Amino acid sequence: MSLVQKIIKRYPEGRHKSALLPILHVAQAEFGGWLSPETMDYVASILNIKPIEVYEVASFYSMYNLQPVGKCVLEVCQTGPCWLRGSDDIIQYISNKLGIQPGETSADGMFTLKVVECLASCGSAPMMQVGNNFIENLSVEKMDDVLKKLRETHNVPSPDYGSPYPVNKA
Amino acid sequence: MATLYIDNKPYEVKAGKNLLETCLGLGLDLPYFCWHPSLGSVGACRQCAIKVFKDETDTRGRIVMACMEPVADKQRISIAHPDAVEFRANVIESLMTNHPHDCAVCDEGGSCHLQDMTVMSGHNYRRFRYNKRTFQNQDLGPFINHEMNRCITCYRCVRFYRDYAGGRDLNAFASRSNVYFGREEDGPLESEFSGNLAEICPTGVFTDKTLKEHYTRKWDLTMAPSVCQHCSLGCNTIAGERYGELRMIANRYNGEVNGYFLCDRGRFGYEFTNSDLRIRQPFISKFPVTKQQVLAEVATDIKKGKVIGIGSPRASLQSNFALKQLVGADRFFHGVSDNDHNIADLIVKILKEGPIRVASMHDVQQADAVLILGEDLTNTAPMLALAVRQAVKQQPMKKLAKANIPAWHDAAAKELLQDEKGPLFIASINTTKLDDVATATYHAAPDDIARFGFAIASCLDRSVPSVSNLPGELQSLAQRIADALSNAERPVIISGASSQTQSVIRAAANVAWALHKKNKNTGLAYTLAECNSMGLALMGGHRLNSAFDAVMNGHADTVIVMENDLYRHGKAADVDAFLNKAKKVIVFDHIVHRTVEKAHVVLPAGAFSESDGIVVNNEGRAQRYFQVYECHEPIQESWRWIVDISKFENNVGMGWEHFEGLTRTIAEAEPLLRDINRVSPPASYRIAGQKIPREPHRYSGRTAMLANINVSEPKPPVDPDSPLSYTMEGYKGLPPSSAIPFFWTPGWNSVQSVNKYQEEIGGSLKGGDPGIRLIEPNLKSTLSYFTELPEPFVPMKDHLWTVPLFHIFGSEELSVLGDAVAKRAPQHYIMINALDAAEQKLSENQELAFDVEGQLYRLPVKISTTLPKGLAGLPYGLPGLPNVELPAWLIYKK
Repeated sequence: MSLVQKIIKRYPEGRHKSALLPILHVAQAEFGGWLSPETMDYVASILNIKPIEVYEVASFYSMYNLQPVGKCVLEVCQTGPCWLRGSDDIIQYISNKLGIQPGETSADGMFTLKVVECLASCGSAPMMQVGNNFIENLSVEKMDDVLKKLRETHNVPSPDYGSPYPVNKA
Repeated sequence: MATLYIDNKPYEVKAGKNLLETCLGLGLDLPYFCWHPSLGSVGACRQCAIKVFKDETDTRGRIVMACMEPVADKQRISIAHPDAVEFRANVIESLMTNHPHDCAVCDEGGSCHLQDMTVMSGHNYRRFRYNKRTFQNQDLGPFINHEMNRCITCYRCVRFYRDYAGGRDLNAFASRSNVYFGREEDGPLESEFSGNLAEICPTGVFTDKTLKEHYTRKWDLTMAPSVCQHCSLGCNTIAGERYGELRMIANRYNGEVNGYFLCDRGRFGYEFTNSDLRIRQPFISKFPVTKQQVLAEVATDIKKGKVIGIGSPRASLQSNFALKQLVGADRFFHGVSDNDHNIADLIVKILKEGPIRVASMHDVQQADAVLILGEDLTNTAPMLALAVRQAVKQQPMKKLAKANIPAWHDAAAKELLQDEKGPLFIASINTTKLDDVATATYHAAPDDIARFGFAIASCLDRSVPSVSNLPGELQSLAQRIADALSNAERPVIISGASSQTQSVIRAAANVAWALHKKNKNTGLAYTLAECNSMGLALMGGHRLNSAFDAVMNGHADTVIVMENDLYRHGKAADVDAFLNKAKKVIVFDHIVHRTVEKAHVVLPAGAFSESDGIVVNNEGRAQRYFQVYECHEPIQESWRWIVDISKFENNVGMGWEHFEGLTRTIAEAEPLLRDINRVSPPASYRIAGQKIPREPHRYSGRTAMLANINVSEPKPPVDPDSPLSYTMEGYKGLPPSSAIPFFWTPGWNSVQSVNKYQEEIGGSLKGGDPGIRLIEPNLKSTLSYFTELPEPFVPMKDHLWTVPLFHIFGSEELSVLGDAVAKRAPQHYIMINALDAAEQKLSENQELAFDVEGQLYRLPVKISTTLPKGLAGLPYGLPGLPNVELPAWLIYKK
């Protein structure tokens, strides 16, 4: 909460709505990696704005999850350069391998697959983001390995779900 | 002026505008979606692409969005350049990828901007072969239907709803091709202006739900220019009929009055004309009779009896005058409470004898400082509230010129101004929906509001009597308001009849007059109770209580009540006594109400859609509404009944037969109404020898629609009262501005075709905006300030000073009889302050029994923290709630 207050203080009086984006990141990290309607209503009450004003912002950005997610969220880039380098195949492979469509979570609650737009790492296409890390130069052959490794490193939910505002769990 | 070369042809155009509106204003076709003259440009949809060239030698040019580019002198542009054409075709193709192509079952079909633009851009073959995105729709309440799949994401809905009309509950969600416009959950749209979404939306996402109940394509409607009947502003409407019932109300542009929009009461209130409560035949002692029988009965009554006539503020000048002529001027009474009568007279006096020109709604929109005294505009004159909402943007907009940003550049203007608001001050009884944009508000009893107004006037001009013992903070607020008004270029003062207190109206006049001494551009506007309150006040007639006295004292025994429920204007006990004492009560009306139930003779009058008439709005603007369709026998206008009665009685008639003769007679007899002859073209008016058709040339089913009754097609009715014909035959070009039955030009089937009817985009209609202003100020006025300063309001023990509270949906008599509006009307209640509630140990919704002026009530309590202590608010005019003249003291009953 002190982090939230610190973020709000960054903005001038009467413009506290500007703190919405960072606070949603904090909230997402705090409440299990996704934003439930209750979480969003809570954020609205902190900023003293209408819930609908939070919904419109949260639904716009692909960084906010409006459904529960698995322990490890795979955000595969599908914009031009990655697509040219075979991101379609990567997505298809993960889909088949885990039995989930983009936007879904695997039955064991381990992986969530998301397709996202450019993450500014076109030089190492195709790539994906997992939490705060990029996994680059992907290929279908490498995917089994990558997933296996992720299954080990992310067996506990990541404490911040990729939030740029890391939450320290005592 | 600037010279603009479009496709190598020179045009003289106004500098400063954008290229899109300039091209449209020249009558050229250029497709667009996200731009709207009231909303400005954001350059989002990319549909209005054109080519701009450096000079004559430049052959390549560059593509720009016409809506984002200002006109420059000697500029060379091309609409027809193949690159621009191809660009636009590609844009519309991508906008259409997710569109369901369900025109055949879409309510918008036939009056759809998307259809028009698609055809105009030449996209006629679909190449996108993937799945379309689909959405779930929401229930948005009784007015608006939601069908999100049709959306092309132009964002006009939220830009109108949020930025223009101040609504908070319609938003854009998600991104990319999943953008969704809706509420956070199902439920009625809260804004009072939600109906405009049906016209703002270029496709069929938001459509008129009441039209859906009895759907008809635009091209199959018989339409006529009409005037809204549901408040005193007189917004211009188009009314559409099929199969003998009114099916739709749409906006009819009038640059001085309502512009592009209507409020929901005006748009959806028409349903009362199809209500089960309509009177469709004459009755004598509750038994249906024929026209001949009723004429004989009434003619005899009039011959034998001592007759008086009671007019109505919701009937036309024609009907009121005809009654006045029938019974004689000294036996004609205004059917409004004496308080309303006095208030209307006072307002007319202020506007006629004072030096200030009445502010039209357009003037209010342009005002850069506004003071509202005693009115809850959103509920009493909704479109004026919308105008005020635009006025608060005026002062900050001055910064735009300095930053070299044109006013139409909405995106840049928003960025620079950051929601900054100009001065708006509201002194009202309770909170209003405009409070969110107000600089400061003051909630008080009507007399305190008046005192506050006097104090502001006195700050502006020391010769206005000052107000002693005003609390210090109020005095400084008054000074602050006086300063803000003095610093403005075009300040406007708004007040009106709804506080039912003359001192408030006087205070507003004092402020405006004091300001006028410093600034000749000061505006003043008053709202009145009903659509023709002003017309009635200009016509002259006696007070309602004198009518009661005349019957009670035996000076009269036969009463003709015209289009008026006396129970809304007098105390129930008085009206009861009056109607019981009268030997004969004859009522003309189109709808059943308590007065009709007490009548001996009832004559079915035409509703506004079945009548020709002129009403005068709060600005003093006389405007005509035309009959949309022939009434079903024996329904006819009240004034036509009167001429029939007079002919039956003595075979002489009234000296006039039709609308025109009657109007001429009024102009001759009533000095204040002498200009009403000029309101509309005469019935003999023809363009190229042709009448103006009420039906679009694509009207279908004329031969078939009545074939179940008679296989031979009936002869179309003849209209003796106007230059409009009841068929699709007639002149196809632009009619005179006061007689536009619908907007249509080749290639433009939707309401956006209005562009082609205007002098310049967003300006007046070609030939001038309709309506004749009857009230001009007296510039040499020597009127001195009002000095009657009321005493401060002092709460009384065990009493509450009861004031009327108005509701856009519910307080107006006719609109609330329609299903859609009725669904939005509030339950009965009595509102009191939390402190008073605590004193009386009352909790929310607990029943409170009380007495106002001898009228007993038992109503659930609504507790408010904003209604001042010592006051009670009684909702005005809700169906079933007894009327009592307010403000008055309420006494608790144990």
